[in-house]
Amino acid sequence: MATVDLKDIKKSFGKVDVIHGVDMEIADGEFIVIVGPSGCGKSTLLRMVAGLETITSGELLIGGKRANDTEPMDRDIAMVFQNYALYPHMTVADNMAYGLKIAGMPKDQIKAKVQEAAKLLQLDHLLDRKPRELSGGQRQRVAMGRAIVREPSVFLFDEPLSNLDAKLRVQMRLEIKDLQAKLGITSLYVTHDQVEAMTMADRMIVMNGGVAEQIGTPLDVYERPQTIFAAQFIGSPSMNLMDGRIDGGQLKVNDVSLGPVDTREGDVTVGLRPEHVFADSAGVLRLNVHQSEPLGANTLLHGTLEGKAFTASLPGVHRMPGNDRDMSLNFASENLHLFDPKTGKRI
Amino acid sequence: MEKRVTFKGWLLPVALIAPQALISLIFFFYPAAQAVWQSLFIPDPFGLSSQFVGLGNFEFLLKDPYYRSSFVTTAIFSTLVTLAAMIPALFLAVVADRLIKGAGAYRTMLIWPYAVAPAVAGVLWLFMFNPRVGVVAWYLGQLGYDWNHVLNDGEAMGLVVAASAWGRISYNFLFFFAGLQAIPKSLIEAAAIDGARFWKRFFTIVLPLLSPTTFFLLVVNVVYAFFETFGVIHTITSGGPQQATTILVYKVFSDGFVGQDLGSSSAQSVILLVVVGLLTIIQFKFVEKKVHY
Ligand SMILES: Nc1ncnc2c1ncn2[C@@H]1O[C@H](COP(=O)(O)OP(=O)(O)OP(=O)(O)O)[C@@H](O)[C@H]1O
Ligand SMILES: [Mg+2]
Repeated sequence: MATVDLKDIKKSFGKVDVIHGVDMEIADGEFIVIVGPSGCGKSTLLRMVAGLETITSGELLIGGKRANDTEPMDRDIAMVFQNYALYPHMTVADNMAYGLKIAGMPKDQIKAKVQEAAKLLQLDHLLDRKPRELSGGQRQRVAMGRAIVREPSVFLFDEPLSNLDAKLRVQMRLEIKDLQAKLGITSLYVTHDQVEAMTMADRMIVMNGGVAEQIGTPLDVYERPQTIFAAQFIGSPSMNLMDGRIDGGQLKVNDVSLGPVDTREGDVTVGLRPEHVFADSAGVLRLNVHQSEPLGANTLLHGTLEGKAFTASLPGVHRMPGNDRDMSLNFASENLHLFDPKTGKRI
Repeated sequence: MEKRVTFKGWLLPVALIAPQALISLIFFFYPAAQAVWQSLFIPDPFGLSSQFVGLGNFEFLLKDPYYRSSFVTTAIFSTLVTLAAMIPALFLAVVADRLIKGAGAYRTMLIWPYAVAPAVAGVLWLFMFNPRVGVVAWYLGQLGYDWNHVLNDGEAMGLVVAASAWGRISYNFLFFFAGLQAIPKSLIEAAAIDGARFWKRFFTIVLPLLSPTTFFLLVVNVVYAFFETFGVIHTITSGGPQQATTILVYKVFSDGFVGQDLGSSSAQSVILLVVVGLLTIIQFKFVEKKVHY
């Protein structure tokens, strides 16, 4: 159990700056998800917390104590690697017991701990197997087991589910979240999957190019994205963007007026989520539909709106609209997001 | 995926195998057969005729205290050479593996000794340790140590072991280095997070994962110490002093070509053949069991 504080953490590999300064205070027991596209520096950030990469500048506090120069073994953390990193020459039981043995715990206690963790993760019958005799999901569980037997103060996960199939991923996602809630251990969880981020996080860091674009609860990020990047990265399908202008208190996209707004005049980027539009013959938005994807519960209509690509997600089954394929849509004004096109920041 | 080539006729495959088969026949099977044949005879002192003695040569050898002590010498020698060639190599490989920059340069430099032929290496070491003019012997003298491997058994053994092992360190280093690089970094990191410090990681993770390499090198180095160190011993000590460095292979040579006792020499070759066969079987049977993971 510990808090983790990141204070303006930066990382460079030689001349290449990879992390440009991340600030965050993580409360005890919180589940933090670091999410972002490939190469944005998620793993690097996590590995700095683990002590596997040096911190170029800034301060890392674990449990309130400065940990920049603490060796990984002295940080009281456990990590689940993307490739699981199980010791191939040891049985499942030995893999889980390794850390405890090194810590000098008596044999019978180790055995009890391993049994307990194995039961929790439904690994009891696999304890004598070697990692190569396990399926991907089972290996993932062993890696989890190895992390939890040590009862660390911080859990670190680096894309632990990315090697599993979709169904198993959903199942393991719930199990991990459940387990973490049960154990109440502060966790940092890296993923590039925004669904994992939304469902698991207490709070998430949306990263892009080494910068934390937004830090907040999933709903926070969904409802009030602070940057265009965060707006587009979270939510599926991603948010529609339109080039707009505010003229005399009126928000306009080309000649279509989207209603009054009371912010600064000039060019804006208008964001509207696909699920926030609805069919309405009196609507001001005219979507020219090119394709429809019926998903069962809802239908995705892809097309163009005022010359730009636009996707609408409508509940239920929708056929392609009639001859001219045009369709009128409406929206609630509170669902509009306005961004500064130059800085990408929310207005 | 396994790739198989199938030949239509038999001419081409035979032609392809023929050179290797011929070389094996002429240089291996034929001499081996001759050795077995000759081990059953005692030639007369002038080499004009020979008398069939059955297993007499073997009987005599096994009772011969010199031959028995040569066995012990060989065991000591090959154990020392193997250890002296493998442990420093492993150490160097571990150090080079930790380097991020410049590992390639070290690797290249560390390979050089391997390019030196055993006999040349022998001469090199001989010069350095020559009791009268050798550099090292002189420095040892300055330190108050009177080095003379021509008279001292232990020093002679030490010198041939060092000279034999020296060039092999390069070879072993290469394999250990490649083996270390093949261990996934995340395993080491996982162990570090699990609380294992460097040496703990080394003995519980690195060494076990390196065991296939270690086993392979063990076999190769023992075979080397048995058979390929002839040049070193011949140049440095010629088996002396008082047979203190006469390993089995050297005895085959000195009894056969110096002592002109071809029957005994042949019998020794046959015994050596059997010993190597046994060694290999033992190594594969017992050591390999612990290697797999
Ligand atoms: N050891 C290194 N030396 C130089 N550059 C590195 C090193 N490790 C990572 N990088 C660079 O740092 C950036 C961030 O890498 P990182 O592994 O943190 O990305 P990531 O967000 O985890 O991506 P992914 O989702 O693909 O795992 C990348 O551009 C990468 O090329
Ligand atoms: Mg990564």
